[in-house]
Amino acid sequence: MTYQEKKSIVSIISAVLIFGFYCLYMYPQYPEGALESPEAFRFWGSFVLILTVVSIVAHIVISIIFNIIYRMTTREKEPKFADELDKLIDLKAFRNSFFVFIIGFLLAMGSLIIYQPLHVMFMILIISGFVSDVTGSATRLYHYRRGV
Amino acid sequence: MGKNLVGNHIRKLRFNHDEMTQQQLADKVGVTRQTIVALEKGNYSPSLELAFRIAHAFHLPLEEVFFYGDDPTQ
Repeated sequence: MTYQEKKSIVSIISAVLIFGFYCLYMYPQYPEGALESPEAFRFWGSFVLILTVVSIVAHIVISIIFNIIYRMTTREKEPKFADELDKLIDLKAFRNSFFVFIIGFLLAMGSLIIYQPLHVMFMILIISGFVSDVTGSATRLYHYRRGV
Repeated sequence: MGKNLVGNHIRKLRFNHDEMTQQQLADKVGVTRQTIVALEKGNYSPSLELAFRIAHAFHLPLEEVFFYGDDPTQ
């Protein structure tokens, strides 16, 4: 298995773990009995912002650890640059990821139209962000394995 | 993923050029080894520019490295 394939798999696993553990950590902090209060909005705002920061930091740390382990186990250095194949696969991954997020965004807006509570809209938005991230990594893995 | 119609003789040419490694060819043409692997497997059709760079690396015209459709040497 090549560096890029391994990296895509690590990226999927880390995204699932980060999102899973973060949700488990944040779930007990949800303000009880105040579904549409300013406190609930503050919760959702901080949920998204902290998740963004935590995801970026965790991905960087995991990427560094992955590169160290890759060098130690394969005695091969990771590619230092992205060539035309990498850029093409990145474009396809970004397209699929964006498509999934837009679907989620439209579903979130649709939930408001059918009078769903606001927390449903926030949950759909956050889940679509997570699924779009995983979709991007899965697309990379698919194209590195099966070709473009 | 549909099979690419652009084939190549890169693996054979590497062998005929002092058993050049994938990494050596990748360094010569400015791509990663992964891309050479994908090209040899037929999983990727290179850009025209990369195709020319690979042909130049072997000091051969383009059509002796790449072919469209069936392999003319078979």
